[in-house]
Amino acid sequence: MLTRILGKQPFGLALAVPYVVFLAVVMAYPLAYAVWISFFDYVFAAPGMDIDADFVGLANYQAALTDPRVLQSFGNIAIFLAINVPLTVVLSMILASALNAVTRWTAAFRVAFYVPYVTASVSLIGVWMLLFSQEGLVNTILGPLAPDPSWLVNEHLAMPSIALYVTWKQLGFYILLYLAALQAVPAERYESASTDGAGIIQRFWHVTVPGVRSTTLIVLILSIIIGANLFTEPYLLTNGGGPDGASSSPVLMIYQKGIQQGNPDVASAIGVILVIGVGLLSLLSTRLTKES
Amino acid sequence: MSRSPKQVVLYLILAIMALGFIAPFYFMVVGAFQENPTNTPADMFPTGGWTLENFATINERINLPRSLMNSLVFTAGVLLGTLTFGLLAGYSLARLRWRGRNALFVIMLGVQMVPFQLLMIPLYVQVASYYQLGDTYAGMILPFLINTTAVFIFRQFFLGLPEEIFEAARIDGAGELRVLWSVAIPMVKPAIATVVLITFIGPWNEFLWPFLITKDADTQPLAVSLANFISNSARSEANPNGVILAGACALALPVVILFCLFQRHFRPSDLGAAVKG
Repeated sequence: MLTRILGKQPFGLALAVPYVVFLAVVMAYPLAYAVWISFFDYVFAAPGMDIDADFVGLANYQAALTDPRVLQSFGNIAIFLAINVPLTVVLSMILASALNAVTRWTAAFRVAFYVPYVTASVSLIGVWMLLFSQEGLVNTILGPLAPDPSWLVNEHLAMPSIALYVTWKQLGFYILLYLAALQAVPAERYESASTDGAGIIQRFWHVTVPGVRSTTLIVLILSIIIGANLFTEPYLLTNGGGPDGASSSPVLMIYQKGIQQGNPDVASAIGVILVIGVGLLSLLSTRLTKES
Repeated sequence: MSRSPKQVVLYLILAIMALGFIAPFYFMVVGAFQENPTNTPADMFPTGGWTLENFATINERINLPRSLMNSLVFTAGVLLGTLTFGLLAGYSLARLRWRGRNALFVIMLGVQMVPFQLLMIPLYVQVASYYQLGDTYAGMILPFLINTTAVFIFRQFFLGLPEEIFEAARIDGAGELRVLWSVAIPMVKPAIATVVLITFIGPWNEFLWPFLITKDADTQPLAVSLANFISNSARSEANPNGVILAGACALALPVVILFCLFQRHFRPSDLGAAVKG
């Protein structure tokens, strides 16, 4: 009887309980709470105090979507994704294929590609800040070609600079995922393509790209999620989403509205809109990578 | 394979890109020890002007040992939680048949899709105001206590073990915990190395959550105190660039060294399978 309810080895449930409780406390509950807050007139209460929040329907969503700063941040993240996502997919696929095709120094190459991924963003932002500053090394090398105003304080270049930085920082992880996928592509397919007279580019296009399709979907979805989570870079690299909000992100807005200005309700509404957006883009990615 | 022209082109592409990936690290390490870090390409290989002053200055501003200590406690707490509870959950998901096992696995796949930042406001209310854990290690650790990717990796490794060894141990009368401890865990040691590596970089590098939950400089991990230094007071230093780079080094080097030592455990096959679930 007990076996019918709990399964053959109910002890397994006991072993998994800490993890299940953890997921409930730091994932499920906050997720539901975030959605709840977004429909109420909610304020931070002092510890132990319970204030009855009023149901306000979609008022928080209306407040979020009519705020030009919030709209600007969503526009910025669209620019970010338009640069970061395609660049990430193309570069990581090409570099992984190149790594997979050579036999020497592969460990050294891999370490070089992975190292930005394992390093703290705060450290690397410190370095990029100096490299891309007005008097920085990048501008010195570019000489007369250096943009004015400089990268991070230029309203047209601030967001693309951040997109470039994040691509560089995260690329190693996606190279790793593609390397795993390439190991599963049967060598015979490359051989038969070669016998058919396909060159290196044709083999890449007709064997590699379709062979790693499922990984491309994962790379698309993960880079969209990571992009939508953008916070540290606009907070630190462009000094709070500057110049004049040109590099602000929705999560930076959540922080400013929710924590700094004490409007957790509007902040939660921004979060819910963001998650719906990520969901829609993920669906679109699934469609795009489906075999035709 | 012969060294065809095509191979040479591949090596060239890889070498140029690899240089681009590590050049900022070179700039960071060299600049951290320079009296005046260069901004001209001609001086990229300095022969003089070496100093330790930048590290002394950053240490005066943000109490380096204390911040490193806080980062270490935060990271160690997450490692401990992930290794204990993650191993149990991974083993249970892979080798034991109980009701709800498949549901939990589906939930884990969903968890990876939820952006942590959405949970920032409710988690902040929960941890800071309900649990009163602001400015504590427990408050910092709680949302990261069990790394879901690690659970996937453990599950993957346990799945790869042959069922016979478990049956043999059970026939010998070993209880489930004994089977896990003396039979299963010794066989997944490589997984433990991989998990330590990928779990370590999470909390050590994390900025947003400890930034929200710690206001007291004495409890802030290095990522937070360094970020505060960069955005608030770095400009007033005599050699701001050198001091920023010294701080960046202090935060980056422990992970970079750990990674170089353990890089053979950062394998595509293990992590690829774990991310795909």
